[in-house]
This record gives sequence, structure tokens and C-alpha cells, in this order.
Amino acid sequence: MTFARILALACLCVGLAGPGSAQTGPLRIEITEGVIEPLPVAVAAFTAQTPAAAQIARDLAQVVSEDLVGTGLFRAIPQSAFIDGSAPFDAPVRYSDWKAINAQALVTGEVAVGQGGRVTVKFRLFDIYAESPLGDGLQLGGSTNSWRRIGHKLADQVYARITGEGGYFDSRVVFVAEDGPKNARLKRLAVMDYDGANVAYLTDSTSLVLAPRFSPLGDQVLYTSYESGFPKIYVMDVGNVQRRVLSDQPGTMSFAPRFGPDGQRVVYSLSQGGNTDIYTLDVRGGGATRLTSAPSIETAPSFSPDGRSIVFESDRSGSQQLYVMPESGGEPRRISFGPGRYGTPVWSPRGDLIAFTKQNAGRFHIGVMRVDGSEERLLTASALEEGPTWAPNGRVLMFTRESTGAAGASALYSVDISGRNLKRVPTPGGASDPAWSPLLP
Amino acid sequence: MTGFTVKAIVLLAVVGLSACTDPGRFGAGGRDGGGIGGTAQAGFDGAAADPASPAYFQAAIGDRVLFEVDQSTLTFAAQTTLAQQAGWLQVNTAYTAIIEGHADEQGTREYNLALGARRANAVQEYLVSQGIAGDRLRTVTYGKERPIEICSDETCYTQNRRSVTVLRAGAGF
Repeated sequence: MTFARILALACLCVGLAGPGSAQTGPLRIEITEGVIEPLPVAVAAFTAQTPAAAQIARDLAQVVSEDLVGTGLFRAIPQSAFIDGSAPFDAPVRYSDWKAINAQALVTGEVAVGQGGRVTVKFRLFDIYAESPLGDGLQLGGSTNSWRRIGHKLADQVYARITGEGGYFDSRVVFVAEDGPKNARLKRLAVMDYDGANVAYLTDSTSLVLAPRFSPLGDQVLYTSYESGFPKIYVMDVGNVQRRVLSDQPGTMSFAPRFGPDGQRVVYSLSQGGNTDIYTLDVRGGGATRLTSAPSIETAPSFSPDGRSIVFESDRSGSQQLYVMPESGGEPRRISFGPGRYGTPVWSPRGDLIAFTKQNAGRFHIGVMRVDGSEERLLTASALEEGPTWAPNGRVLMFTRESTGAAGASALYSVDISGRNLKRVPTPGGASDPAWSPLLP
Repeated sequence: MTGFTVKAIVLLAVVGLSACTDPGRFGAGGRDGGGIGGTAQAGFDGAAADPASPAYFQAAIGDRVLFEVDQSTLTFAAQTTLAQQAGWLQVNTAYTAIIEGHADEQGTREYNLALGARRANAVQEYLVSQGIAGDRLRTVTYGKERPIEICSDETCYTQNRRSVTVLRAGAGF
């Protein structure tokens, strides 16, 4: 499966659960709470309607389980503990059996593989203590090689129905794959599923590439490449890996691009005569518009999701700090005031928070603050980490952490905005500069 | 997946070919500035005795200057080196130069790119002030992407906060 040939995953609410079942029961995780006990969930073995579906049925249930457990919000009850593990999809749910093993939620599924290898998956979610379905049944279809995406979509449904937040499992991450020692590092663009599966490379390592960023639809990637010998911004169509240079003003260097929410406007920084300021341009063509004009460093800009403001970093005060200005430029307002220096601000897709990199007392941190700079919270700490990117639901961040020393290497990590569930994201080799896609269609 | 990957590789191979025209214009190694110091030293024994040679420029004069943390101001030692670089460039008019600006790893990627641009520009301005035509000089920042020393303490950082003047055979850009 390729990211380009996105399968038309038909989502049909087929009302499997019948009338009156649309109630959302009392089952609810409030994921903003600081510490929670993972909710015990039973993912029943999915029923295979045809022999050809048996393997996919097992794999799908596995993906759903891994997605949910990976959030740190759920605990999967092992199938060996089930009283009656068969849980046939069409049979009535024996709530007492599931209560007896302390399951609070039950996921059941049924998989069929039809003509031409098309997979059809039916799914239901139950609130065991309310003894009722949680939301409607759902049917998804796709080609056999899209089975992981179907699993992610099911898990997104479970996550969304129980947490009340949008899901984020059916998403991709574009990043820089790294090989080689620190003084001869090779970098190439790569894209993968959010959980590290299905890695594909978008460039080779002939030229240094940095900091790719998805378009709001996930179909294009902005990045910085040295293929001309100088840093310039390129835009690549992810489907066919065609690329073109975006900012090619003679005698300048461009980097740190990001799309605006309309997918057309690009904000970036441009260095000329040693001075770096913030500009915008239209990805379809046309000239650049300069937004800042200061002798200090202005870089790492990021649009607010409503497109009306831009957060960026500047050392105009003498050290790196965060500022917010109107999308058309104008007087910036400083929002970071704690000890240390702040960089790489990124506006949450929900609009409520700004994630950033902080350096203080010889340590690096990933943190979040409200858009007015209040309620700063540091989520992580290590010798070298930077560059947070938001999950589509604005509840999880992924970032680069680099080990120090001569053998230092970069890796991707993710963490909840509560600071919980810090974990490494698997990649084939070294990896840096992740950028999360929107939820896939 | 397989078809897609193959297509990507073919496409990049084509790009790689066209990019090979660059070294003719900017000289070999311009795409990967951090590695140049090593090759220059390797050539020292042979050609460095010739004061008109790039090897002499690199070894006897010094092709790099170092910077303080977060700074782009030129130290006295840096100015001394750059004055000699300017003297060499004034005599050897067949060469142009790309000035690379670098930073140590203690900093975010974008900030270090901007800082490297500042450092390269400080060197360019100094060379111009010494009489070198601006169109013989170009700057490029590598930020923290091309360290020459790889430990994570000040002994390495001090070597990585640098600019490198990379000579090119040929007239202006």
C-alpha cells in the first residue's frame, strides 16, 4: 500500500447495534487527568467469515490492541483470560463473563475477504458495566494490503468513543532517516505510519535534507534541501515524489517552512546578508511577503489553526524566546518568560496550546504552554531533544531526542501532553525531525 | 510499495546526474562542506609549499576561524586569520570562495542555521572590508549539521563553532 494510493476506505454506519443504541454510556476516560489507571479492555478474537480472512482477523485485532495499549490509557486483557474467548460477532454479548474478568470495554469484530481481495470488517464496541453497545456498529472496507489502516481506524473509533477526543492512529509521520556517524551523517526523507510501520523513503541521501512538514491534507511535504549546495525550500508531492524548489531568491538561504491551514500559504525563514527573518509565499507561485524586519534571528514560524496568527522564535531580547504576531506581520507579542531559552514553537491543531523546545541549565525539554504563554509545563528532559510535532488530536507530541557523545544518534519519541507515556517510536535507523500528518481520510 | 520505491529511486538517480554539474561550478565538495577539512590536510605535504596553492591557503594560513557560544563577532585571532585569507585572495584572483557557517550541537536546528548564516556573513563582510570583491564570495550555513568533532563537550563544541572558507577555482558566482 502506498500513502499516495489512499484506498477509498468506505465508512458505513450500518446500525448494527439497532435503534436506541447511540447512547454513550458512562464509560469515559478523561485524558487530561494527570494520573490514570489504564482502562481494562478486551479485544475479542475477530471472527473470520472465510478461511482466507483468518490471518487478517488475527492481525487486525492485534493492531487495535497495540494502538489502544500504546496510548497508556488502556490495558489489554489477554485472550487467555477470557472465559469464552470465541465471542462470536453475531451472538449476544455475555456481559457477566466479561465483568468477571474485570473488562470494562469489549471490542468485537468480524472479517471477510471477498472477490478481488477486498476486506470487509465489521466492528462493535460495548460498555460492559452499562451492559450496552457504545456507539453504533461500524463496517469498513479496503484492499487486503490496507488492513493496518482498517485496524487503526477501528482503534480510532474505540479511542474517540471512550475518551471523547479525536483519534490519531490512522495517520502518517514524515521524518528524516539518518545513517552514519555524527561527522558524516547521511539524511533522507522518509514517511511511515504513526507507529513506525510501512516505512518508505522519499529521497535518497545524496543531499542533506531537513525538517519535512505535511500539508493540511497530507498530500504534500515541505522540506529544506541542500541539493543546490545551499539550503532552499522544496515542496514534494508525496504520491509521485515529484518535487520543485519553492524559494529561490538569488543570494539567500531558506529553511523552516510550514504550511498554513489553507494548504496554500507557506511561512518560512529566509537568510540574507546574515540576517534571518520570516516570510510567507504561496505554494502555487508568486512572490514572497516579508513579515519581520529585525536585525535579530527570527525563525521557526508556525501558523495558528485559524490562520490568523503566527508563533515564532526570536533572539531580539538577547536570547531565543517565543513571540506571536498577526498573520500579516506587525508588532509581535512575547509569550515566553521563564528561565532559559525557547525555540521551535508549534501551534496545536486544537488551537489551545503551543508546544516548544526549551533549553535551560544545560538540559533540553519539550514543553507546552497556553497561547498567551501561561501554564507552561515541561513534559520531558534530556541532554538534547527538540522539534515537537502534534498528533492530529492535539493530545500527543512526537519529537527528536539525540544521545550525546561520539556515538550519538537521533531517535523519535512520543509523549502525552500530560507528560505521561513517554516512549520511543520504532524506526529502522536513526531518525529526526518528525512531522505528524492530519488524520487520513 | 515496491513499485513506488523503485519509481522514487529512478527519479532520484536522474536528479543525481543533473546535480553533478554543480561541482564544476563550485568545485568538488561544496555540497558537503564539513568533509573538506580532512581532504585539505591530506594534501598538505605535497602542494602546501606552493603559496599560490589552495593547500597552502588551508594549511599555512588556515581556512577556518572559531566563534564563541552564540556569537558571530570575530575574535582578534579570527581577524588575523581572515586578514591573511584576504591577502591570499587578492593575489590569487583565479579563486572564489564559499564561506560556510557552522554551529555546535547545543541549540535547535533552525536557530543554528540562522546562527551559521550570521557567522558566515561576518566573515564575508570582513573579507570585503579587506578589499575582496563581494561577487567572489558566497555564504552558506550548515547550522549544526556538519560537526567536525563529535564528542559532546566543550573541547569539541569549540572546534565546531566555526566558519570555513572553501576555495573554488574560477571567476565570480
